[in-house]
Amino acid sequence: MNIISVRKLWKTYGEQVVLENLNLEVKEHEFVTIVGASGCGKTTFLRMLLGQEAPSRGEFLLDGRPLPNEPGPDRGIVFQRYSVFPHLTVLENVMLGLELDGRSPSARLLGRAFGSRRREARERARAMLVEVGLDAARDKYPSMLSGGMQQRLSIAQSVICNPRILLLDEPFGALDPGISSDMHRLILRLWERHRMTIFMITHDLREGFELGTRLLVFDKTRLDAQAPDAFGATITYDIPLNVKGNRLLQELDAATARTERFREEVELA
Amino acid sequence: MRLVNRKPGRMAALSLGALPFVLLLIAYLVASGLRLAENPDDKLMPSFASIGAAIHQVAFTENPRSGEIVLWSDTWASLKRLGIALGASALIGLCLGILIGIVPYLRAALAPFITALSMIPPLAILPILFIVFGLDELSKVMLIVIGIAPFIVRDIALRVGELPAEQLIKAQTLGAGSWPLMLRVVLPQMWPRLIDALRLSLGAAWLFLIAAEAIASTDGLGYRIFLVRRYLSMDIILPYVVWITLLAFCMDYALRLLSRRLFPWAEAGARR
Repeated sequence: MNIISVRKLWKTYGEQVVLENLNLEVKEHEFVTIVGASGCGKTTFLRMLLGQEAPSRGEFLLDGRPLPNEPGPDRGIVFQRYSVFPHLTVLENVMLGLELDGRSPSARLLGRAFGSRRREARERARAMLVEVGLDAARDKYPSMLSGGMQQRLSIAQSVICNPRILLLDEPFGALDPGISSDMHRLILRLWERHRMTIFMITHDLREGFELGTRLLVFDKTRLDAQAPDAFGATITYDIPLNVKGNRLLQELDAATARTERFREEVELA
Repeated sequence: MRLVNRKPGRMAALSLGALPFVLLLIAYLVASGLRLAENPDDKLMPSFASIGAAIHQVAFTENPRSGEIVLWSDTWASLKRLGIALGASALIGLCLGILIGIVPYLRAALAPFITALSMIPPLAILPILFIVFGLDELSKVMLIVIGIAPFIVRDIALRVGELPAEQLIKAQTLGAGSWPLMLRVVLPQMWPRLIDALRLSLGAAWLFLIAAEAIASTDGLGYRIFLVRRYLSMDIILPYVVWITLLAFCMDYALRLLSRRLFPWAEAGARR
């Protein structure tokens, strides 16, 4: 079954249409990269995946059930910045998810783990830090780390909780170009090893093509110069990146046909 | 070189900092000398010798009747009131501030009320406090708490609101419920903010303390100042004022040091 199904999804704020007639099926372990001009609903889409926004019309399903209406541990997130905790050391930042998780009374009452659970959390966090190359910095506070290291930390923090879906909101947008390629290798390795489904918003088209197994382009198909908010954005291209040759052409044809059909449906409606 | 680009060295900065104090002392000495030359019984600007004698009297000599040293018993009484009031205000400020800052329903219910409460001039309700809580310790402590707690509550609530939304969402994706979120993410980040808020409200706390002691008390620094005012005892009032200032300064400094020592992560963040 598909992990994410979006059917005839609309998102409007009053008169303003942000997303219109969005349709999307995503299988488990896909790496979906999302590109598009600013103001084309990428962030709104991500916020819906997080559970911060509800659809105005249509369905947004996770495993065939409507998405919960608040963030949860099944969907991890890495923002462009501000997503690590400044008051915790690197190791504590990674341990946090393990300490908060679970039905044990100490987790629910104090948000902490004790004794053997704590030791186990520490071991797992150490292993995770080794995996992302931050073990040497484990006792530092985030403010002492470079931007790239902070993003590694944020990724480690989310991945250790084994989320089924990992959302990346322009995670490397603020980093030096040289660092990005390291980060790309890291994220691909984690994606392989932990078998997550990844949605990644990026401004860098090249990054989108390089990392994803599938690239979505968000854009407005119709524009009214007199009323720029009257029409929303939708997925205009859905490009499979892990297939080549004739398969690719077929997939592209099918994708274009799907888009065309939706457009007709919209125009009829 | 432009004036705005010239920076004093360490020694120069120290001496420049001391300069206004020295100037003030000199001005006092000169004025006091002139007045005393004209009228040796002048009480308004006593000489350093008579101030010294008064200090000796209040700070180092036991009162023959009670066996207490006046300055120390006054200081102890005042600091006790101040300490209890600051502690209570900090506790109220932290708990209510975090709840108002993070729980939208509580914010809706309490924020306007706290804002209105903080607009009441505390001295205006001092008579009510005396009537309700009596004339002893409780009413004085309550005056300080009412004076500064609403400010701390509002300040902490604002600081909680300034936490990046990304952080709070991230914590939820790590499995944090509301309570662990407050406990592990919000509260620890509010400690240094609380100390800042306390430092900022120290001045007001002293003001309310002195006012309460002046009106109804039998000991305390404020009580003493207002008592000896009847005899125009500037030789006692002036050292007391200096002593209060010194105490306030030391408390501020101690809080700053404490914050730096306990929360190194906040310092590192502030420097960037």
